[in-house]
Amino acid sequence: MPSVIKVENLSKAYHLGEIGTGTISRDLERFWAKVRGKDDPFLKIGETNDRSKKGKSDVVWSLKDLDFDIAQGDAVGIIGRNGAGKSTLLKILSRITSPTSGSVKIKGRIASLLEVGTGFHPELTGRENIYLNGAILGMRKAEIKRKFDEIVDFSGVERYIDTPVKRYSSGMYVRLAFAVAAHLESEIMIVDEVLAVGDAEFQKKCLGKMADVSKVGNRTVLFVSHNMGAINQLCNNAIYLHNGSVAAYGDKSAVIENYLTNNTSNYNRELSVAFDEQESDEDTCLNSFEIYPHFADVNDFLTHKDIEVAYDVRIIKPAPGLRIGFEIMHHATEQCVFRSFHDDSYETASTLEQGNLRLSGIIPANLLNKGEYIVYPIVGLHNEKWLCFHRYSILINLVNIGGVNKLYAENRPGIMAPSIDWNILYETN
Amino acid sequence: MAEQKEEAWDIEITARDTLFDLKLKDVWHYRDLLVLLVRRDFVSFYKQTILGPLWFIIQPLFTTIIYTFVFGNLASIPTDGLPQPLFYIAGITSWNYFADCLTKTSTVFTTNSALFGKVYFPRLIVPLSIVVSNLIRFGIQMLLFLLMMAIYWFKGANFHPNAWLGLFPLLLLLMALLGLGLGMIFSAMTTKYRDLSFLLLFGIQLMMYLTTVIYPLSVVETKYPSYKWLVEYNPMTSIIEAFRYGFLGQGTFTMLSLGITSVITLMTLLIGIIIFNRVERTFIDTV
Repeated sequence: MPSVIKVENLSKAYHLGEIGTGTISRDLERFWAKVRGKDDPFLKIGETNDRSKKGKSDVVWSLKDLDFDIAQGDAVGIIGRNGAGKSTLLKILSRITSPTSGSVKIKGRIASLLEVGTGFHPELTGRENIYLNGAILGMRKAEIKRKFDEIVDFSGVERYIDTPVKRYSSGMYVRLAFAVAAHLESEIMIVDEVLAVGDAEFQKKCLGKMADVSKVGNRTVLFVSHNMGAINQLCNNAIYLHNGSVAAYGDKSAVIENYLTNNTSNYNRELSVAFDEQESDEDTCLNSFEIYPHFADVNDFLTHKDIEVAYDVRIIKPAPGLRIGFEIMHHATEQCVFRSFHDDSYETASTLEQGNLRLSGIIPANLLNKGEYIVYPIVGLHNEKWLCFHRYSILINLVNIGGVNKLYAENRPGIMAPSIDWNILYETN
Repeated sequence: MAEQKEEAWDIEITARDTLFDLKLKDVWHYRDLLVLLVRRDFVSFYKQTILGPLWFIIQPLFTTIIYTFVFGNLASIPTDGLPQPLFYIAGITSWNYFADCLTKTSTVFTTNSALFGKVYFPRLIVPLSIVVSNLIRFGIQMLLFLLMMAIYWFKGANFHPNAWLGLFPLLLLLMALLGLGLGMIFSAMTTKYRDLSFLLLFGIQLMMYLTTVIYPLSVVETKYPSYKWLVEYNPMTSIIEAFRYGFLGQGTFTMLSLGITSVITLMTLLIGIIIFNRVERTFIDTV
C-alpha cells in the first residue's frame, strides 16, 4: 500500500508559563537575535518532554524529530502517557497549529474529529446545525444535502430535528454531532478520544462506524485513545509516543504490550488504596493495598500476564482468625468471579506474626476474560467482624492481545477465559 | 522494483512561512461555510427577542436623535446646510458599518479560539463572514436612511441626491475592506497582547471624532485649518464625505482623496491578510 501520510523530522516546541507581560521583551530579544543572524535564544535548550521532571528552561519540545509513514487503509492507534505529545501530533496533522520544524505530507482529504459538535450553535435547530457543522468540517452544501437523511437516521433524533439544540439532552447532542462527523467523505480520518462520550450503546455504534470506515471504505484512520481495548479492536497498527518521540511503531499487539509493560510507574493513585483508621483495630493496622504492575495514567492489564495484588500491613498483636484477601467482580454483569484469602492454601490454622509485612498474591495469567473487573480488598476476623469489606474498589481493564482466543478476532463469551490444557492423543490404528 | 516516482502530495504541512500564499483557493472551497456562518449570525441575533431585526434600526435612530440634540442644538455645529437628522444618520450609518467590521474582526481569534482549536478551515472565512453579516445590518439601516430621506423630501427640505450616488458600491467596498484589513491586523496582534483590544475599544471612539460623522469637513477647513490634516488623512473621512455628497448633495472630497483612501485600504487589507495568515498557523499555542 502506498503511504498517505509521511511525517519527516517533525518537531514542535512550546513555551511554558505565562504568556503575558514578559512576551514583548522576549519577542524583541528573539527579533534582535534574528536580525544579527543568531539562533533563536529561546529554542536552544533541547529538553525532552517529560512533565514529571522540572525543566531548566521554559521551552519544551512536545514532539522531537518524529519520522514515520502511514499506509493507505491503515488504522493506526496512537498511545502514550498524558503529555507524551499525542494531542500535539493530532493538532499538527489536522492543521490547527504548525510544527516548529520538519514536515508532514498528506495525500487526500483529511477530516479531524478532535471534538464532537465543534461549532454547534445552541440557538440553531438540529437541521441548521447539521449544515453548519458539516460545512465547518469541510463538506459542501450539496454533499450534506445528499447525506442529510442518512445523518438524521444514524443520529436517531429525527423527531427533534427542527428544535434548537439547546433543548437537546447532552446525549442527543452528542449523537447528532457524531452522526455529522461520521458521514464525512475524507480519505483520512483523525479521531481523538471523542468516544469517551455518550452511553455504552452509542459508543459501540461509534466504534462500529469507525471500524466500517477503515475496513470497508479502505480509508486511513488515526485514533488516539487511552482505552487499549478500543485501540486493540479498531486498529491494526499502533504508534507509542514517549516524551515526544516514537518509542514503538508497528503491529498493535506488540506496541500495546510494549506500552503496558514499559510504562510502569512508581505510583498510580487509581491502582492503590490507602486505608484510614477505620480499617484498623487495636491488633491489626492496614496501611495500603495495591495492584501491580502500576501503569501511569491507565488501568489496563493484559490477560496473558500475571496481575499482582499486595497489602502493606502492620500486625500489632497476632489475631487468630485474621484473613486478608480480595474479591473480583465482573463489572458488566456484577457477578462475583471469585474471592481469595491469604490462608486458602494453609493446611492448619495459623496466625500472622507481629511486625510489618507485605502480603501479595498473584491473579494468574490467562484466567480472566478481557473486559472490566472490580477488585475489592477485603479483610476480616473469621466469624467475628470485617475490618474492610467492599468499602474500597479498584477498576481494572483487561485487554486481550496475546491470551486465550488470540488466533481469532471475535470475542470469547464468559466472564472468565482460562487457559485449559488440552490433551490430544492420536490413536494408532 | 519499479523506479520510484516523485509522489504527488495534496497537503504539505511545514514550519516554513509562505508569506504570499493567501490561500484564496481554500477559501473558495469553503464558500458554503461563509454563507452558513452569515446565516447563523443573523438568526442567532434575533432568536428569543421580540423586536428581532428591528433592533438593527433602533440603535441608529436613537443615536441620531441624541446627536441632533447634543451636537446640532446644544453645540450648534453646522451641518453644511443639511437637515441635521439626515446629516447625522448618513454619517452614523456608514461609520457604524466600518466600526462594526473593525471591532468584530479584531476579536476573531480570541472569540473563536474554541472552534479554531478543534478543526481546520481557512480562518479568513470568519472575518469575511463578519463583513457580510454586517452588510445585512447595514442594508437595514440604509432603509431607515432612505425612509428619512423620503420624509424630508416631502417636507421640502433642501438636499439634492445626484449622479455621484454611483460611487456608493465603491464606498461600501472601501469601508468593508478597510474595516476588514485593520480588524485582521488587530486580531492577529491581540492573540498575544490583549492590551490592544482595550486600545482599540477607545481608539475607535476617538477616531469617530476625527472622522466627519458629527461635523462636515468644510467646517474644519475654514475654521480650524491647523487640525485639518488630522481629519483629512483619516481614510474614513473622504468615504463619508463622498457618501454624503452622493445622497444629500453636500460634502467635500476629491477624486484624489478617494484615490488615496483606496490605496491605503488596499495596503491595509494586504498587510492584514498576510499577518492574519501568519498568525493563524500557531496562534492556538499563544491565545
